[in-house]
Amino acid sequence: MGSRSSHAAVIPDVDTIRRETGFSQASLLRLHHRFRALDRDKKGYLSRMDLQQIGALAVNPLGDCIIDSFFPSRSQRLDFSGFVRVLAHFRPVEEESPGIRDPKQPEPLNSRMNKLRFAFQLYDLDGDGLISRQEMLQVLRLMVGVQVTEEQLESIADRTVQEADEDGDGAVSFLEFTKSLEKMNIEQKMSIRILK
Amino acid sequence: MGSANVQATDYLKGVASLFVVSLGGAAVGLVFAFLLALTTRFTKRVRIIEPLLVFLIAYAAYLTAEMASLSAILAVTMCGLGCKKYVEANISHKSRTAVKYTMKTLASCAETVIFMLLGISAVDSSKWAWDSGLVLGTLFFILFFRAIGVVLQTWMLNQFRLVPLDKIDQVVMSYGGLRGAVAFALVILLDRTKVPAKDYFVATTIVVVFFTVIVQGLTIKPLVKWLKVKRSEHHKPTLNQELHEHTFDHILAAVEDVVGHHGYHYWRDRWEQFDKKYLSQLLMRRSAYRIRDQIWDVYYRLNIRDAISFVDQGGHILSSAGLTLPSMPSRNSAAETSVTNLLRESGSGACLDLQVIDTVRSGRDREDAVMHHLLCGGLYKPRRRYKASCSRHFISEDAQERQDKEVFQQNMKRRLESFKSTKHNICFTKSKPRLRKTGRKKKDGVANTEATNGKPPRDLGFQDTAAVILTMESEEEEESDSSETEKEDDEGIIFVARATSEVLQEGKVSGSLEVCPSPRIIPPSPTCAEKELPWKSGQGDLAVYVSSETTKIVPVDMQTGWNQSMSSLESLASPPCTQAPTLTCLPLHPLGAEEPQAPLHLPSDPRPSFAFPPSLAKAGRSHSESSADIPQQQELQPLMGHKDHTHLSPRTANSHWCIQFNRSGRL
Repeated sequence: MGSRSSHAAVIPDVDTIRRETGFSQASLLRLHHRFRALDRDKKGYLSRMDLQQIGALAVNPLGDCIIDSFFPSRSQRLDFSGFVRVLAHFRPVEEESPGIRDPKQPEPLNSRMNKLRFAFQLYDLDGDGLISRQEMLQVLRLMVGVQVTEEQLESIADRTVQEADEDGDGAVSFLEFTKSLEKMNIEQKMSIRILK
Repeated sequence: MGSANVQATDYLKGVASLFVVSLGGAAVGLVFAFLLALTTRFTKRVRIIEPLLVFLIAYAAYLTAEMASLSAILAVTMCGLGCKKYVEANISHKSRTAVKYTMKTLASCAETVIFMLLGISAVDSSKWAWDSGLVLGTLFFILFFRAIGVVLQTWMLNQFRLVPLDKIDQVVMSYGGLRGAVAFALVILLDRTKVPAKDYFVATTIVVVFFTVIVQGLTIKPLVKWLKVKRSEHHKPTLNQELHEHTFDHILAAVEDVVGHHGYHYWRDRWEQFDKKYLSQLLMRRSAYRIRDQIWDVYYRLNIRDAISFVDQGGHILSSAGLTLPSMPSRNSAAETSVTNLLRESGSGACLDLQVIDTVRSGRDREDAVMHHLLCGGLYKPRRRYKASCSRHFISEDAQERQDKEVFQQNMKRRLESFKSTKHNICFTKSKPRLRKTGRKKKDGVANTEATNGKPPRDLGFQDTAAVILTMESEEEEESDSSETEKEDDEGIIFVARATSEVLQEGKVSGSLEVCPSPRIIPPSPTCAEKELPWKSGQGDLAVYVSSETTKIVPVDMQTGWNQSMSSLESLASPPCTQAPTLTCLPLHPLGAEEPQAPLHLPSDPRPSFAFPPSLAKAGRSHSESSADIPQQQELQPLMGHKDHTHLSPRTANSHWCIQFNRSGRL
């Protein structure tokens, strides 16, 4: 670990990343350090294996889903900017007056909408923009212990989709998803303080 | 006494006495807490004295502190705080109820009495002397200084909080400071000869107590309403919300792990490890220690309550079963807890199997409620909500462990399947499938605990690995190479929950050397080191606690491997490391293939350098297990010969390197 350098110049494209994600310099450095620590073979990018090595993810029911969500579709490599981009979703939301933000710029990655979108993508496995009953069932299956039987799971999945589905297409779209969670304090539930 | 006699040292003494009195009182309380917990451990046959014990020892703590002029209140408080967990586990349910309600009654009696005394003293003017300046000044200053205290502390805390406490919170906190019985009791106890101004103090205190309790107490509710403080939500969460809440918690825990963030959990975890290791064993009854099943507890209680309330509200029993509810989930805990049985036990004649629940009363609501309970009971608890209940010494079917085990098995199963389906060799060349595995060498041996506890030991930094994954990789590689080699059985072995990874890793040709130097962070205690360095202990765990479900999933050729790995996973008692030599023994088939050789090098090589007597096996491990290990270790010997037959020199080099790594990691 003696080769660790704390200079920001080590990070490629540090400025673009900062602008996109809104991380502070110190946070970026910390994340870069973590990225390098995870990347055992010093490949310069992360593979699924590297992420799977994290022990705690093996006992997290959604561990594999999270790992998949880090990797852009079909790709097996995760470079630093991709890594940071996903983590940017979990930055705490700063209260800034809406007037300051330039409406032309894209919403910051850690806005409520984007957090919800990230969670939505976790559910929506085939990426068609809808959470079907099957997908809900799959996620439920992941999250529930073995003591709950299949029929129970199915009925729970049915009810869940039914509750959220408003236009009756049997699937939950992103808007419906957002609506069903409007009371929940997403900004708090999906933020990690250390990523400020 | 008197200001003339005050010397410089008296100031110091004054400050010191604050610490002495408070900390000393707390210490006395803790001593008695320990005593109480220890005593209740043995009261199984004399349940009737348990409530008595609790009261008496708590009172003894009070008296002892009083005798030593220490803070008796703190003593009693700390006694209660310290002993609660163990006493609750040790004493019977009835005693617990008795203690709880007696305490509540006593407390309200005492409070009533003291406020009566307060009232009487207020009226009886011989007990106090009025001084307007003192009274008004005190009133003003208590408000003022409380506000300052709150603001300062909030400012400090907000540096560390995700959601800072805003102004409104601070206002409510400073306004909400009620002074009551304790202040009055203390002032009454003053000795008039030593403190001649006692009467003034009494008067002031009475006024302060009245003011804060009556004026502040009554006005805080309108104030809160006026300030529109966010009240806690009372709405029942919909199924959606509940499910998504859990999802988010899991996601957050996972991302935190990716980021390597430890937060303040570190010290709590350390404390809980200590507690698990020493205190709980000493102070809790064995049987109580084992049965700590939180999920089922909650579920159990919920169901009973609902069932009873349902019957109370006139639900029809045995009527039309209009619900499409499935039967209650089968519980695998020892206690038979179906609602019907419970009701039968409590003597009621109701038969309340869910299938026969009447749908007359808003079936949808009923369904809703039951689904909620199903979900609550069934959902895996995210890490943060869970108290640490990692047991390294007992094979307790703890809920967290069970959950971890289940999740882990499912995850591994899924990964296995996904690798099987895709012959996708991610960034590994076919020529050296094995060589890559070393990369996963554990930076710190804690992976073992992680795999089971889901909580990476904080002191080892973020460079934690799960041996599991390592094995997964080899699994994957094996799958892709399986056509060529006959190493299926090896893979099975490697599919081990813990430490094996490091043992089974051969050196990776590329980049391995960079991995090597990463230093192992030294665990604070040697016992931790023992546990966390899998290669340290030379024991293997042969106890076969294989859950039947897993054996169905695993392909036959991997079954032995799987069994062993699952047993290692389940035997949380022994340090994970113990599995290392055992599991590598599995491929004892004298395969000519090079693969088996490499992993087998390691256990044999390091072994001489780490002389671990079987006695190192942790508490709870029977000696028979360690003796079972010996034959295995001996089995490894013949394989040493095979080493020479490996055709790949890098292998041996790698193995050496691996050994080097092991040595460097040895603390």
